[in-house]
Amino acid sequence: MLLFLTRRILIALPTIILISIFVFALQKLLPGDPLLVLAGEERDPAVLELLREKYRLNDPIVVQYFTWVSNALQGDLGISLRTNQPVTELMLQKLPVTLQLAAMSMIFALVIGVPAGILSAYKKGSLTDYIANVVALSGLSIPNFWLGIMLILLVSVKWQLLPASGYVPLSEDFLQSIRTMLMPSFVLGTALAATMMRHTRSAMLGVLSADYVRTARAKGLTERRVVLKHAFRNALTPIVTLTALLFGELVAGAVLTEQIFTIPGFGKMVVDAVFNRDYAVVQGIVLVTAVGFIFMNLVADALYFILNPRLRGQ
Amino acid sequence: MSPDPSPLSPPDTGDQGRDILSLRDFRLRFRGQPVPTVNGIDLKVAAGEILCIVGESGCGKSVTAMSIMGLLPPRSSEVLSGSLDFLGKSYDLRHENLPAGQRGNQIAMIFQEPMTSLNPSFTVGNQIAESVLQHQGGSRAEAMERAHDMLVKVGIPAPRQRLNEYPYQLSGGMRQRVMIAMALANDPKLLIADEPTTALDVTIQAQILDLIRDLRRETGMGTMMITHDLGVVAEIADSVAVMYGGEVVEYGPVTEIFDNPQHPYTIGLMSAMPRLDQPGGRLAIVPGSVPSMANMPSGCRFRSRCAFAHARCADPAPKVEAAPGHSVACHFAPLEQNLAVTA
Ligand SMILES: Nc1ncnc2c1ncn2[C@@H]1O[C@H](COP(=O)(O)OP(=O)(O)O)[C@@H](O)[C@H]1O
Ligand code: SF4
Ligand SMILES: [Mg+2]
Repeated sequence: MLLFLTRRILIALPTIILISIFVFALQKLLPGDPLLVLAGEERDPAVLELLREKYRLNDPIVVQYFTWVSNALQGDLGISLRTNQPVTELMLQKLPVTLQLAAMSMIFALVIGVPAGILSAYKKGSLTDYIANVVALSGLSIPNFWLGIMLILLVSVKWQLLPASGYVPLSEDFLQSIRTMLMPSFVLGTALAATMMRHTRSAMLGVLSADYVRTARAKGLTERRVVLKHAFRNALTPIVTLTALLFGELVAGAVLTEQIFTIPGFGKMVVDAVFNRDYAVVQGIVLVTAVGFIFMNLVADALYFILNPRLRGQ
Repeated sequence: MSPDPSPLSPPDTGDQGRDILSLRDFRLRFRGQPVPTVNGIDLKVAAGEILCIVGESGCGKSVTAMSIMGLLPPRSSEVLSGSLDFLGKSYDLRHENLPAGQRGNQIAMIFQEPMTSLNPSFTVGNQIAESVLQHQGGSRAEAMERAHDMLVKVGIPAPRQRLNEYPYQLSGGMRQRVMIAMALANDPKLLIADEPTTALDVTIQAQILDLIRDLRRETGMGTMMITHDLGVVAEIADSVAVMYGGEVVEYGPVTEIFDNPQHPYTIGLMSAMPRLDQPGGRLAIVPGSVPSMANMPSGCRFRSRCAFAHARCADPAPKVEAAPGHSVACHFAPLEQNLAVTA
């Protein structure tokens, strides 16, 4: 297990280095001098030179890169050119918001997608299967923003059941926090539920015809046990792997949803930063997201490993 | 020797009370097939008896066994007729199956594929104990103890340790032993073994056959052993049902079938049989191959391959008693006499 993980991390390292170079280079290559943003109306060459010196923009590019990386490793991702706050601090504020959104969406996706997938595989070719597939396809093709707006109009404006926007931290008011996140995570979750359902279905179809499922039936077990224990346990690996990978995608998918529901999360921060040419923030976000992605990949690998008795035993 | 139009039935042992299972006039058609794949099977197994069902691949052996167990997917096929008597109860297979409570309990089955028949995600102990818990209840610890005893019984070395191992840690022969342990964990009255040794090498094959024979003696269970290997039949059978094209064409005690085969197909099998000290022989040497359901001839289904086929064979073959307890479905049985007459 340890050996396996070490090997995976060793493979992941060059990827992270490449990404960091890319992120760093991007800033250098992009048009628009961030200093001009920083300096505002001030165009005095002396001031600009002073700022250059302060942000060490006169060092050789390689030195700049290493300074940046070593700072990043110590958790210092620079200062937001806009707000003058440390980027790390900004992100630590926003991250929990988005993580909560992602986690709640994932719960929606799993609770809807997995049982639907199991059922439609078990009843393959039946009306149930057909309906599940049609609903899943609709779930995939309905745009998030449309569903989001419709929900706001119905649930918030017409029925006044849930808040239309905003965010309350979990620590402040647990119930209210869940309530505000309910609609956004439903919107994000249903789209994922469709993907989840289709993967669950195909994984289940593969195992339902396996010889050991026949054995389980020959033992006189109930169908429930045959399907939910003997078949599902063997379909679990792809589902769990997918969950880990989709979690990363969720954070990315949050951008739009956070805009619709005006949630002050990661996604909103990205959009704001890009529009403001707040490069340090963009850099920080891209780096952290990329590392997060790679980390979720590692988690997926580890889960795959843990779920497979054969790999575990070696 | 009067022809009898009823389907070929098992030898009358005059000991009906001991029959554990009897299957009568079982006919089954798969959806989309023009004619029934299984076309009137009669079988019975008594306590302590080993019945071998023998026949080429595709003749309906597994379908019959799976139907007895109630394991055939219901949507793909239709039972046209058939009644199953099991332990004194009668089931009309058109409408009902053996209740799940009997499966893995009073009647158990092992399969041809030991490598894939165990669930790769659960330990050996878990899988055996599960069957015990399902039918006998009790505590998990007791069920595990029972699983341990079963591993001892089927001759698995270091059974305590094996309980916690996963299938991938076992060889094919060991896995088949585990399957047998699992099947016998609830002391079934009948074991159906569908080609249990086909996937194993010769030495292991012999060991598994020995094991089944020993367990039969110990427990008195009846055994229905499916095989296409006459070496296995010679080794283990008390009685034999020879199947061709979804029908039983010859049925009788093992000595009768080997010493006095009457059906042209059985005779073909015998001449195709490898030497007994080299088990593993296949039954492919009867000339020609089994026709598909679409091309299955009417009347005697063996007609398209039979060296003795005659115009008369387009009618269903009658059942003839060749010797006490030995029946044959052929217009010309017993062959020697009748060929002498027509010649
Ligand atoms: N689920 C199924 N649907 C359609 N045909 C089937 C199905 N299962 C088996 N068959 C057909 O039934 C025939 C008998 O199969 P089987 O009982 O497995 O033969 P065997 O005697 O080798 O065990 C074969 O021709 C096979 O193709
Ligand atoms: S009935 Fe005719 S075709 Fe069939 S086995 Fe007998 S002789 Fe051959
Ligand atoms: Mg078979």
